[in-house]
Amino acid sequence: MSKEWPLWEVFVRAKNGLAHKHVGSVHAADGRMAIEAARDTYTRRMEGISLWVVPSASIVASDPNDAGELFEPAADKVYRHPTFYSIPDHIKNI
Amino acid sequence: MYTTELDDNKKKPATVPSAPEDPVRLAAFEARVAADDFIEPKDWMPEAYRKTLIRQISQHAHSEIVGMLPEGNWITRAPSLRRKAVLLAKVQDEGGHGLYLYAAAETLGTSRDEMIEALHSGRAKYSTIFNYPTLTWADIGAIGWLVDGAAIMNQVPLQRTSYGPYARAMVRICKEESFHQRQGYEIMMTLAAGTAEQKRMAQSALDRWWWPSLMMFGPPDDNSPNSAQSMRWRIKRETNDQIRQKFIDVTVPQAEAIDLQVPDPALKWNETRGSYDFGEIDWEEFYAVVRGEGPLAKERMNARVKAWEEGAWVREAAMAHADKRRVRAAAE
Amino acid sequence: MSDKALFEYACRLGDDSLILGQRLSEWCGHAPMLEIDLSLANIGLDLIGQATHFLKLAGDVEGKGRDADALAFRRDVLDFRNCLLVEQPNGDFAQTIARQFLFSNWQELLFRDLTRSRNETIAAIAAKAVKEVAYHTRFADEWMVRLGDGTDESRGRIAAGLDWMWRFVDELFEVDAAIAPLIAAGIGADVRALRTEWDARVAKTLADATLELPKPRRATLGGRAGHHSEHLGHLLSEMQFLQRAYPGATW
Repeated sequence: MSKEWPLWEVFVRAKNGLAHKHVGSVHAADGRMAIEAARDTYTRRMEGISLWVVPSASIVASDPNDAGELFEPAADKVYRHPTFYSIPDHIKNI
Repeated sequence: MYTTELDDNKKKPATVPSAPEDPVRLAAFEARVAADDFIEPKDWMPEAYRKTLIRQISQHAHSEIVGMLPEGNWITRAPSLRRKAVLLAKVQDEGGHGLYLYAAAETLGTSRDEMIEALHSGRAKYSTIFNYPTLTWADIGAIGWLVDGAAIMNQVPLQRTSYGPYARAMVRICKEESFHQRQGYEIMMTLAAGTAEQKRMAQSALDRWWWPSLMMFGPPDDNSPNSAQSMRWRIKRETNDQIRQKFIDVTVPQAEAIDLQVPDPALKWNETRGSYDFGEIDWEEFYAVVRGEGPLAKERMNARVKAWEEGAWVREAAMAHADKRRVRAAAE
Repeated sequence: MSDKALFEYACRLGDDSLILGQRLSEWCGHAPMLEIDLSLANIGLDLIGQATHFLKLAGDVEGKGRDADALAFRRDVLDFRNCLLVEQPNGDFAQTIARQFLFSNWQELLFRDLTRSRNETIAAIAAKAVKEVAYHTRFADEWMVRLGDGTDESRGRIAAGLDWMWRFVDELFEVDAAIAPLIAAGIGADVRALRTEWDARVAKTLADATLELPKPRRATLGGRAGHHSEHLGHLLSEMQFLQRAYPGATW
């Protein structure tokens, strides 16, 4: 059996001003084919004006088992959020 | 379109894990799912959950792909330019849905090639409904109206299924499917209001597709071995019989509105239940079709295998060319 | 400018798109890869859309109450005005790509020219369609290269596909008495003037594909006059079946 076409992750920018958002994947033998497959699969209903395709194998993902050390330490840094600070109501524009 | 669990009820449930799972992780997993949290590809999951999902999602994908064939049978004969474009776009959508679903299953550690191989070798199932023939143009209407109608009803709850990639695929699919049922009903409406010959076509299509459509919801609840676990895992969100009843209740008035007869003498509104009572479904036929004895089972599979085998040289050529390019780029 | 000439021209434009769209729709569900299935359907849908617009124009110009469907589904083979290239059978994927490659490269240049047509409807249809066809060209060009410079088998197949289609190329650049006045009036495109650019495009892609330019051969003509191959009759008998079997019905 021949080699399977690699998998590509597809990202679509819905309109300028918005970030590219992951929408799914396609199989394609090369990058241009991946763009065309992504166009023909994920933008048939005017979903986008720009496409990124990335070989799925190139994505480095964090491990869910590391979620504790990676993300939980942020939880108590409440002083990073504006609501942490109490300013009297009559002080405006701050 | 969609599939439901298609395993022969005589077999034992396929979800017995091969090795016992770590009870602590399992409990944490069950708690997350029970709290309607989503499970994502790299998260720990019990093997049985992974296997059940791969089976369900790939069956669903296969159903979309095989489902292209009965409707594809009429694209070249669609009776107007508008109908032709709509049908081509719709069948293309089914292909897209198969594509999204294969990709969702691939996140669980299988490949599309493996899944396709399982389909072609007969190990994987697909929805029985697609083994029935599309005899007349009205069948295209009936498929959109009944088969897609049944599919939508089954798929909408799956947008909240516990596995993230599957749920996201279902959101996209449900959004795209919304025109499918309407276009089907529009065809039936036009035919039912047309010439005597057209009306005959429409009635015949309803006669032939009604019962297979009801079978699409799968075996009755008391005969559905994996149902309880799938419900607990949020892989399934309503029971087969619940959705079937819902489908009948909304569809019967639609048939009446265009003056077509639902082919069930036992069909009767039940005031107390607030639902239609309906006749006995021929489950023998259902299981026969699941076993591959549907009228067009061989034709459908032959068509898929032929397309795949005749395309092998194209897939190889594209990879060979990509390899050549890589080598050339490296040499520069 | 007679309405008859414009009717004739709109039919040619519409029939090219219609017949090729019909051919591509035959692939639906049977392509070598799911992604290719979706791409071919998209190209087919573009073509069916173009056909709908051009045939509506033809019907309007004719003024006998025929709409696009009447023209698509109730004319017989002698009245079809498409070029012979588009009615050629799909064959294998290589033959389909060879047909698309030759045709889309031509149709893109044609529509680019027609965006300047003095007929506003034609100009408007062409302005929309030229972008669609630019994509068809890109898709076909790339597949020519992949198949030509892929494996020995794909190379053999695409060479055979090209060889099958090549005899129908000259017809694309033919100007006959029926449309000469339209060209003079700035309504139709002078396809003869597109040949140099088309030749250059085709030569470039074939070079990228490591394929040789097929040898010149005697042109097979006749499509524009309704003298088609045997293939078109079968295509029409399938496409027109319902409208023929149930005359007067609404679908």
